[in-house]
Amino acid sequence: MGCEVWRDKLDLYLDGELGPAEASELTAHMRTCAACAAGALARVQLKRAVASAGMRYQPGATLREKITRSVAAKPRRVFGWQWRILALPAVLVLLASVAVNWYVGRESARRQRVYSELADLHVAALASATPVDVVSSDRHTVKPWFEGKIPFSFNLPELQGTQFTLVGGRVTYLAQTPGAHLIYQVRKHEISVFIFQDRGAETATLPSGPTHAMSFNMENWTQNGLRYFVVGDVSADDIQALSNLLQDAK
Amino acid sequence: MEVPDQRLPTATFEDLALPLFDQLYNFARWLTQDSAEADDLVQETYAKALRGFSSFQAGTNFRAWIYRILRNSFLSSRTGLKNTVVFDEEDHDSIPAADSATPESLLIDQVNRAVVQQALEELPVHFREILLLCEVEEMSYHEISETLAIPTGTVMSRLFRARQAFRRLLLAKLQGGRHGV
Repeated sequence: MGCEVWRDKLDLYLDGELGPAEASELTAHMRTCAACAAGALARVQLKRAVASAGMRYQPGATLREKITRSVAAKPRRVFGWQWRILALPAVLVLLASVAVNWYVGRESARRQRVYSELADLHVAALASATPVDVVSSDRHTVKPWFEGKIPFSFNLPELQGTQFTLVGGRVTYLAQTPGAHLIYQVRKHEISVFIFQDRGAETATLPSGPTHAMSFNMENWTQNGLRYFVVGDVSADDIQALSNLLQDAK
Repeated sequence: MEVPDQRLPTATFEDLALPLFDQLYNFARWLTQDSAEADDLVQETYAKALRGFSSFQAGTNFRAWIYRILRNSFLSSRTGLKNTVVFDEEDHDSIPAADSATPESLLIDQVNRAVVQQALEELPVHFREILLLCEVEEMSYHEISETLAIPTGTVMSRLFRARQAFRRLLLAKLQGGRHGV
């Protein structure tokens, strides 16, 4: 290959674009051709001059900061957005969990307070020299006694043929709400039955069902707009049996 | 020096684009020949690239991609439009023989750096950009073809013409002559 052909390929050679076979041929040629070697040298010098002179401008700090901020901000925004989407259920779960815990905690504390108060009322009544204000085993005596003393009426069960006896009743208060406090007896054990109006009172949203609190068994339910609590140190079965009688009272 | 696929699966826009900031600015400044315009061009480039990053094809060349955005933004700018010329006549021409006598050996020192810069400034923008991409950015012909969106053959012929024009300008400056490009 003559010099003219090689000279046309010098740029490709120096730009690293010549194939390896041709490149090594050209390298060999330049060892024997001063003109092509000089041409290559001149081109290398030109390339280096442009490379050096071409790196001329430096960006200002303000622009650098702007660009860095804009570039860094976007992925974070994207990430932040995705993170929010991904985290949303977790946050909701967390919030719900906190809310539920708070609610459950609050409800539990409230329930505990109510039960505790009822237990206090039960114990206080039994410890009193006059546990009941109306002493009668006759429901037809006790029930009318409450008329005018509490803002509601209720039915009491017929106890004949059961192990329970009615001791009497008194007016009581739970969270500033007046109610009826009845005392029954079973095998020398006293059982308190509390009846309150089941609206807006502290007792209104208490879950129904048996409970064991402070060594007392308790049962409570709502019936005809009234909230019933049965509290005593007897067995849960006795509590339940009395509760059933009360629920069936007509 | 071709950079094949710089987009690793985990590479973010920031990872790919920020390292090119200084070079992109330098290139923008050479194109615009104005500091404020270069600032705007670089910002526009990053903004466009950021917006279009999702459409950037993995496996393609990020550097060529972002340089192309910068160049296209420049060409559509006021300064770019003034500099736009039609290159059809040069494309695919056979490459003419190189000048046998060149002045390179006379000028390659730091003293002449300013002269080289002047010559570069005076080059038409389509010659200036291809010389810068090749010599300063050390892009391969393939990368340049991607950046300028022209075939590799056109890269070769345009680069050749750019070098010729640059040599003539430089020679004229060194000899104090007034030869045109």
